[in-house]
Amino acid sequence: MTLELEPLEQQITQMHATALPETPLLDVSDLTVDVVSGGRELRLVDGVSFSVQRGERLALVGESGSGKSVTAQALMRLNDRVRLGGRIDFEGEDLVAAAPTRMTALRGRRMGMVFQDPMSSLDPLMTIGDQIAETLRIHGISRADADRRALAVLDELKVDRAAERLRAYPHEFSGGMRQRVVIAMALVGDPDLLIADEPTTALDVRVQEHVLDLLDEISMQRALAVLLITHDMGVVAGFADRVMVMYSGRIVEENAVADLFATPRHPYTRGLLDAIPRVDVTLPRLHAIPGAPPSPAERPSGCHFHPRCPAAMTVCSTVEPLPVHEGSARLRCHLYGKS
Amino acid sequence: MLQLIGVSKSFVLGTGRRLDVLSGVSLKVERGRSLGLVGESGSGKSTLIRCALGLMRPDGGEITYDGLSVQSASQPDLMRFRREVQLVFQDPYSSLNPRMTVEELVSEGLIIHSLAKSARERRERVVEVLEQVGLGADALPRFPRAFSGGQRQRIAIARALAIRPQLLICDEPVSALDVSVQAQVINLLQDMQRQLNLGILFVAHDLAVVRHLCERVAVLEKGKIVEEGPREAVFGAPQHPYTRALLEAIPVPDPALGRSRRAARRAAAQSEAAA
Repeated sequence: MTLELEPLEQQITQMHATALPETPLLDVSDLTVDVVSGGRELRLVDGVSFSVQRGERLALVGESGSGKSVTAQALMRLNDRVRLGGRIDFEGEDLVAAAPTRMTALRGRRMGMVFQDPMSSLDPLMTIGDQIAETLRIHGISRADADRRALAVLDELKVDRAAERLRAYPHEFSGGMRQRVVIAMALVGDPDLLIADEPTTALDVRVQEHVLDLLDEISMQRALAVLLITHDMGVVAGFADRVMVMYSGRIVEENAVADLFATPRHPYTRGLLDAIPRVDVTLPRLHAIPGAPPSPAERPSGCHFHPRCPAAMTVCSTVEPLPVHEGSARLRCHLYGKS
Repeated sequence: MLQLIGVSKSFVLGTGRRLDVLSGVSLKVERGRSLGLVGESGSGKSTLIRCALGLMRPDGGEITYDGLSVQSASQPDLMRFRREVQLVFQDPYSSLNPRMTVEELVSEGLIIHSLAKSARERRERVVEVLEQVGLGADALPRFPRAFSGGQRQRIAIARALAIRPQLLICDEPVSALDVSVQAQVINLLQDMQRQLNLGILFVAHDLAVVRHLCERVAVLEKGKIVEEGPREAVFGAPQHPYTRALLEAIPVPDPALGRSRRAARRAAAQSEAAA
């Protein structure tokens, strides 16, 4: 059974690949996010560039304070207290310059978002059917149509007795089921891009596996692009086609998933992979990265990783490394590129 | 050293329904040895910790420390138990009193148990234990807010170690920490256990962390221990279907393995649907 299935999955992926238009679905260039805190301007995201193809699963990995969630919120312009710079080209339109009314029209329809904690994304006083349909009602779709599509999306997410469940309230659901409802809310408008910020972090491992399998299947069937934000390298390995590693406001390494895990190049990426305990082997000792990720207010000069880097050179503390290509990877590190 | 013998605990819910949280749990933590207890949310981990510490009275069964019953211990025995068994909590942000300095936090146990003859001796012990966990005397006058999550967890560990316990009960001690910092605290716990010949009961949902740190592993499902044994046996040849399901669900940082597992699950689901 397994042998029959794998080539089929590959075929589908190849079909998508050949059908891809030249322009990416999302093209972010030199994105900056600034916030004023205590009278001081802080740069939370510092010149981030990447693109997402239609149907592609891209992971953004980072630790607390790396700016990964801030980047995700910036893409949907969810936080109006920050100042954005650079460009966010989404289906040929620059979202940095888009009017707020235009963003409202895009959110839920062209792009959907799932957050970590399902309980805080749900209204305890509304039935889940109304909450799923609300996304469509905002966009002027009739009550009957919205209800029909809410039911269809719950079926797609393999929720048993979906028609009955639509009349239930969030508190009647388990954590995993709530997260499926949140995913249904994000998917009901049939978006081209789903941004999922730590969607399974609050779930038990078996539920996490199930939710990730569902996302995997739906993204394949709908040719839905997914930007998955996570801190978990295991989740990345099983889900993503491509990975970006973010540290202290910058993307320090980007590569296809197999290449990144086989040949991690940036000392931070290597450090992260070496620091993870494995469930399939007993390791004598973990290789910890010394120190802690810096807060945005206390970012070091030059390469932000240099105080924790085992390979740091003099140049690293003074000069910001620019993106260079090395093999299939794109990275920001003075160890690579010419000079 | 610490033993739970057939411990049971139930709660009566508001609806009048009885919920059995622990059913006949037996566990043994030996001196200088580490036992990992894994379970998902709702498995009864927290109730088990409360019972093991004597903070909650079980409905049935017994908890003994060095052969003495914790439930019916005399006051001096109970004081010794509370000195020798220390707890490290999950969240280093809420487990440290923000108004106390590091010196006050770490010396609190020494004062309660009158373990220092003088203020000077007390400070020497505090500095010694801070250095053991990788902090220095310069931390003494500072408040928790000046420290990162990993450093706070070091302070919490120093606080537990200051009074020279025999047994450390760790409740998800690294799950709130960043990956790069987690490894530091895991390594520290490993070093401390070996250097001080500590017994450790390590309660966690993360099986990879447990495999790394614990010689023996017990798996808790809905209040029952479904499997218990040496690490290599439980992880290498899990006997109980629940243990196997847990192990297979853990994402591994290996793209080829992750994908082949997903393909196998999909194939299994399809053949199940076809049947």
